[in-house]
Amino acid sequence: MNVVVCVKQVPDTESVIKVKPDGSDIITDDLKYVMNPYDEYGVEEALQIKEKFGGSVTILCMGPSRVVETIRTGLAMGADKAIHLDDPALEGGDAFATAKALAEALKGIEYDLVLCGKQAVDDDLSQTGQTLAELLGFPHASLIQKLEIADDNKSATVHCQVEGGLAVLDVSLPAVLTTQKGLNEPRYASLPGIMKAKKKPLDTKDLAALGLSADSVGCAGSKTIITKMTPPPERAAGKVIEGEGPQETVPKLVQLLREEAKVI
Amino acid sequence: MGNSVLVFAEVKDGRVKKVALEMLSEGKKMAEKLGGDLSAVLMGSGIESLAEQLGQYGADKVYVADNEVLKDYTCDAYAKVMADLIKANEPAIVLYGATILGKDLSPRVAARVETGLASDCTDIGLDDDGKFTATRPMFAGKAYVDLSFTDSKPNMASVRPNALPVSPPDESKKAEVVKVDVNISPDDIRTTVKEVMKTAGEKPDLTEAEVIVSGGRGMKGPENFKLIEDLADVLGATVGASRAAVDAGWRTVDDQVGQTGKVVSPNLYIACGISGAIQHLAGMSTSKYIVAVNKDSEAPIFQKADYGIVDDLLKVVPVLTEEIKKLKAEG
Repeated sequence: MNVVVCVKQVPDTESVIKVKPDGSDIITDDLKYVMNPYDEYGVEEALQIKEKFGGSVTILCMGPSRVVETIRTGLAMGADKAIHLDDPALEGGDAFATAKALAEALKGIEYDLVLCGKQAVDDDLSQTGQTLAELLGFPHASLIQKLEIADDNKSATVHCQVEGGLAVLDVSLPAVLTTQKGLNEPRYASLPGIMKAKKKPLDTKDLAALGLSADSVGCAGSKTIITKMTPPPERAAGKVIEGEGPQETVPKLVQLLREEAKVI
Repeated sequence: MGNSVLVFAEVKDGRVKKVALEMLSEGKKMAEKLGGDLSAVLMGSGIESLAEQLGQYGADKVYVADNEVLKDYTCDAYAKVMADLIKANEPAIVLYGATILGKDLSPRVAARVETGLASDCTDIGLDDDGKFTATRPMFAGKAYVDLSFTDSKPNMASVRPNALPVSPPDESKKAEVVKVDVNISPDDIRTTVKEVMKTAGEKPDLTEAEVIVSGGRGMKGPENFKLIEDLADVLGATVGASRAAVDAGWRTVDDQVGQTGKVVSPNLYIACGISGAIQHLAGMSTSKYIVAVNKDSEAPIFQKADYGIVDDLLKVVPVLTEEIKKLKAEG
């Protein structure tokens, strides 16, 4: 089984996000970047598949030169090789434009399965996996909690999170599956793993190497355009309810919820 | 290209989801401004009778795709029906609820008809030129963006449940029912549903819940979540949890609220024993009212809470449950 894991580098979820005064973007100066947490489950699952069936794990990542650190993390965890899509023209794209570049990068490589995190914790779009599947002409399944590859490697049984439960699906392969918490426990990169990662093949491709035109990807190839970014509306700190113990405070709270907030 | 608005009306357990009514209410206003129709799509098996309700909430036309093959959701089947409808009717705007199903389906349809999709929007509307615009959170709500769309049509958005108000229904209003021929061969469906296992009760999913009671590290152990469940029961609320409670194994991943869990927007969010890590606050800060119960008066959660009680939640929560029971008994 050859598995490709699409990985994105995102600001650490610990980050305080500040919006530029002109509303064009966030301030990136002090941000610490990490692998998108949902993608870590994809890397781990791919490694477990390789351990069971053999084959290879390829990391596919798009972004400026700083994302190489995240690619190395994936390689240090145990992935065999990586493709880095690096071109200024690829920047600022929506899910459609991003999936288009990813789909193009997958042409000419042999793979049986593509894994993507269920969403990136920066733009929270939750679209790229499904869009990529459509562009590749493959089926997809989202929010997988369990994955079993059939012995003939032609299909897989997945448990997908659905409203109120889990759906058990049979999916023909190749397919795109989106991963999230609950699927596995992502491993940490070991020290030997980190050393080895430095020597693993990393294929950097620009737009010309991908064979795409600048107007079909990135901001120019997007179907949605961000016109303005704003900080969230401020929430004023509310009132702390004073009183001697729950017998006094709770009735006051209930009254406020009933009469002021009108939510119960 | 047309000027109509099309709403995907998701059905769960034989009922139309409330988010569909929210979208019809807003969709009606947009359709009127555009001078077009408001239509809705129903998909499933044995669902035709639900069209009546959609008419009362403003749909002029309801497309009914009623077929055994649509009984269990598969993206392949649903996306085909949606994409075919869009190609045949050329609506200007297509809306989905940002539910688990809606978020699975909508990107696939958008990619098939090669158009833009704004996910999980907290607001949608038309600008002065009649162009569709959407507002959505990023970074789990640490920032918001306004989006416009390129000329590719239709413009699509998934809309977060509880974000838009529902207009009162007009019981005299009837929608025209249009039956959709469902042309799906077994080969079209590459993901077959073998089984659906229920893991939660009849409560709405956290992302759609109107009231949520959440517990964190301050719960001290899984057994104390009984107190949270009791309170949730009297409020008709869904139970949530902080990452600390999920990582400790006290609750399942399904319950996690926050940037690496679910982002929620209920009318009322009651946080019990949750200190308020930045990822958690981001995931629940669009709640209309927030109540915090925590022993630590310095906990960051109190900076976001409308009402706070600084006390031991194990003492406060049972009293709160009793008080609300009394209130409900009084009517």
